[in-house]
Amino acid sequence: MKAGDVTQGTIRTPLRPLARILRARERGENPDAIERENIRLRHEAMRDRARQRAEGRLMVLAIFFTLAFMAVGGRMTILAASDPHEPEVSDRLAPITARRADIVDRHGRVLATNLVTHSLYAQPPLMTDPERAARELARIFPDLDEERLLRRFTGRAKFLWIRRKISPEQMQAVHDIGDPGLLFGPREMRLYPNGRLAAHVLGGAGFGREDVSSAEVVGVAGVEKAFDDYLRDPANGGAPLRLSIDLPIQSVVERVLEGGMRLMKAKGAAAVLMEAKTGEIVAMASLPDFDPNARPAPPVSGSPADSPLFNRAVQGVYELGSTFKLFTAAQAMELGLARPDTIIDATAPLKWGKFTIGEFRNHNYGKIPLADVIVKSSNVGTARLAMEIGADRQRVFLERLGLLESTPVELVEAPGARPLVPERWSEITTITVSYGHGLAASPLHLAAAYASLLNGGRRVTPTLLHRDTPPEPGPRIVSEEVSAAARAMLRDVVVRGTAQLAEVPGYAVAGKTGTADKPSERGYAEDKTITTFAGVFPAHDPAYVIVVVLDEPVDTTGPEPRRTAGWTAVPVAAEIIRRAAPLLGVPPVIEPRPTDRLTLTSN
Amino acid sequence: MTEMVHGTVPIRVGEPVLPRWWRTIDKVTLGCVLALFGIGILLGLAASPPLAMDNGKPPFYYVERQAVFGLASLTAMVVISMMTPRSVRRLGVLGFIAAFALLAALPFIGTDYGKGAVRWISLGFASLQPSEFLKPGFVVVAAWLMAASQEIHGPPGRSISLVLALVIVGFLAAQPDFGQASLILFIWGVIWFVAGAPFALLATMAAGVIVAGTFAYQNSEHFARRIDGFLSSELDPTTQLGYATNAIIEGGFFGVGVGEGQVKVSLPDAHTDFIIAVAAEEYGLMLVLVIIALYALVVLRSLMRLTRERDTFIRLAGTGLACVFGIQAIINMGVAVRLLPAKGMTLPFVSYGGSSVIATGIAMGMLLAFTRSRPQGEIGDILIRRRG
Repeated sequence: MKAGDVTQGTIRTPLRPLARILRARERGENPDAIERENIRLRHEAMRDRARQRAEGRLMVLAIFFTLAFMAVGGRMTILAASDPHEPEVSDRLAPITARRADIVDRHGRVLATNLVTHSLYAQPPLMTDPERAARELARIFPDLDEERLLRRFTGRAKFLWIRRKISPEQMQAVHDIGDPGLLFGPREMRLYPNGRLAAHVLGGAGFGREDVSSAEVVGVAGVEKAFDDYLRDPANGGAPLRLSIDLPIQSVVERVLEGGMRLMKAKGAAAVLMEAKTGEIVAMASLPDFDPNARPAPPVSGSPADSPLFNRAVQGVYELGSTFKLFTAAQAMELGLARPDTIIDATAPLKWGKFTIGEFRNHNYGKIPLADVIVKSSNVGTARLAMEIGADRQRVFLERLGLLESTPVELVEAPGARPLVPERWSEITTITVSYGHGLAASPLHLAAAYASLLNGGRRVTPTLLHRDTPPEPGPRIVSEEVSAAARAMLRDVVVRGTAQLAEVPGYAVAGKTGTADKPSERGYAEDKTITTFAGVFPAHDPAYVIVVVLDEPVDTTGPEPRRTAGWTAVPVAAEIIRRAAPLLGVPPVIEPRPTDRLTLTSN
Repeated sequence: MTEMVHGTVPIRVGEPVLPRWWRTIDKVTLGCVLALFGIGILLGLAASPPLAMDNGKPPFYYVERQAVFGLASLTAMVVISMMTPRSVRRLGVLGFIAAFALLAALPFIGTDYGKGAVRWISLGFASLQPSEFLKPGFVVVAAWLMAASQEIHGPPGRSISLVLALVIVGFLAAQPDFGQASLILFIWGVIWFVAGAPFALLATMAAGVIVAGTFAYQNSEHFARRIDGFLSSELDPTTQLGYATNAIIEGGFFGVGVGEGQVKVSLPDAHTDFIIAVAAEEYGLMLVLVIIALYALVVLRSLMRLTRERDTFIRLAGTGLACVFGIQAIINMGVAVRLLPAKGMTLPFVSYGGSSVIATGIAMGMLLAFTRSRPQGEIGDILIRRRG
């Protein structure tokens, strides 16, 4: 401080003061010495000023460092004084929501729910005795390999999953090993308490993202996948997803269908039971099936259509044969081209270009009324009607019935199951499609189309969701009268036609059979058929539509193997109706006998 | 009294080197450094065995290495602290040139050890991180240039040193090693500040740092991720920071007990960047506060001694060395307690790391050499000047 005051005067001293230089020159001295001396003095002055300034600035630095060290120390103290808590996954990582809504049937019975269980994982660095842990684990879980476990326990891994979900007994057994490196994480697993029931509808669920404390349960197929977002949405407050499936009916359909499939030695079967007015699917089955609790892996070889995972009712598109004849007959009536008693020329065979259309077993029905074309299932009669209707009108009609598009049902598999529709809708196409060949659709397509035609003529959309209020009726497909006439024809098919085995006393079953040779590499295979029964009951008050499809059935009870629908699909459908109708609450009625009706009309 | 009368540098003629060293050295700082080194070995005993096991080494492999490096470091420190400031300056300048050459050559001869940044030169038995050695060298060079610029007819040292700093920052940012780069800028800033930077310019520079930080944030994912991690209020407990914070909380005031800590198992950097978390977990807040106090003592004491320093170069160089020592400690611990964004920075003398320990030893040797008591001739100066 003193230094600054003292040097105040000298700082302005010029480095080469003229007077002194001149004097020095006079004396013969080197004037540079004077400059050097002045520079030295000025340096000393500057140095003291700089030191004074630096003193202040060093104090600033010292204060800065003091505060910084205090901040670190203070923060350390705060942390050290705060209560320890178990680390948790922070919200920043988008928490894994484990809650998944239940799925229930139309009456609230549980189809899918959650079960709290545990996952098992290992942290090898914490293990005390990896050899013993591996040995014991291999004993508890026989499919684990002791050698492999030990290798993983002694490797570099710090963490490894052993099991996604384990039972309480297994958990206790693992607890009893007592190794601190074996740890459990809570898990919610998806449980299907009814096992295989409605397996294809429900699909299945698996684990998505997972960590130690929880795992995401995600739908992998069926309704579980189609409604995955809804089921996982916390905004729904855990409200269950209510399906239109009726658990007991589903059970009946599956039981009977399975029995029928075994009896008929079919390799697969499908059935759909639908409310005729609303399109709600009460039961839908596909065989062979699987247990969604242990959903098998998708097949890597062979046809996917042979896998139990394949939903034949939705994904399987088949040429459904004569069941399509109803569409032709109904459209002809709707267009006013024919009435049930209009005589149709069904003289076989019908030649069209190079094609010959004949009847089953080379029958020739001659000229018969339209009703009999359906009752006898005449290909020729249907073909003549279709030629009158024409390709364009036929295609539009089938389109309105939803047969040319994939079904809008709420299954993740549905959009992929598009009907096989002829590319060019030529006249021969019109003819073959009229009796169900050249166009392949799923059993669900058929059920929805039958429901639309037979429920009074209003289009229905197949759905798996139960609605408490009936939906708005769909657009009109055919008039009430045509719908009633079509039902009467189908009733006749059961009473005196190809589906006589479908008669269930009291329930006035009306329906149509269809037998289609399966396409093989070369044309159609004679001994492999898809047999279908599509019907409605009761005929006078259409409540339910049923479709039963058997894949390669054969009835060997007679003298020769019978592969037609009348002997295979029809009795199965009848048995389903016989058992399901009372459960569905359809009141049995003694309908007027056909003879009475004949008397009436003759009056 | 004789010194004052004669106005000469007060050398006790014939005094042996060691006693003179012992008499003039800052014994408190020396003691602090030794204590920190001891604590480093102690914590290494706890923190490094899990890593050593993972790498298939004997449990105390890293401790032994640290002890060897530490002894080399302490030797270097003592030897350098015996040098005169002039020799230290020469050593520093030569060291700077060597380290700078190595740094510039890193893209060709360096290795990244799979860590995503080319910072090391593998020597086989050990690895060398030139940027660690560059820091004390740069302090000396920058202080020398800055001091020279204050001479009448002196060179434009401030500009030269700034250009030098920016070139080094460029090399470091290319590795990328933003931590060391910011330390170089910090060193230059501190030296410039003590050398008398105008406050207006300081404010401009602060603005520049903010702009540069924003630029780095937007253009470097490496950098942005760390900043984002710091800014988010939630702490993901599965990150290194999460483990570190949790370890400090677990430790409480007195720790969970020697060898009982868990963080060293979960943290790959437990023996380097997050050693303070190991200290806090096993020994509690007590040891942490002791460590902080030791660093604070070294920095503050050195700064205080430098306020009495007459020589501009010594003052600037000493300030730079003390500050870079202190700021590294603050950043390292500040990261562990989430006061600062995550940045790999070693805790001087305590963290494991050969380059870091030896370079810190050299830097501390230089600092001790600069802070040795030497007569500043306060009264004598005045008397001489009066005469002129």
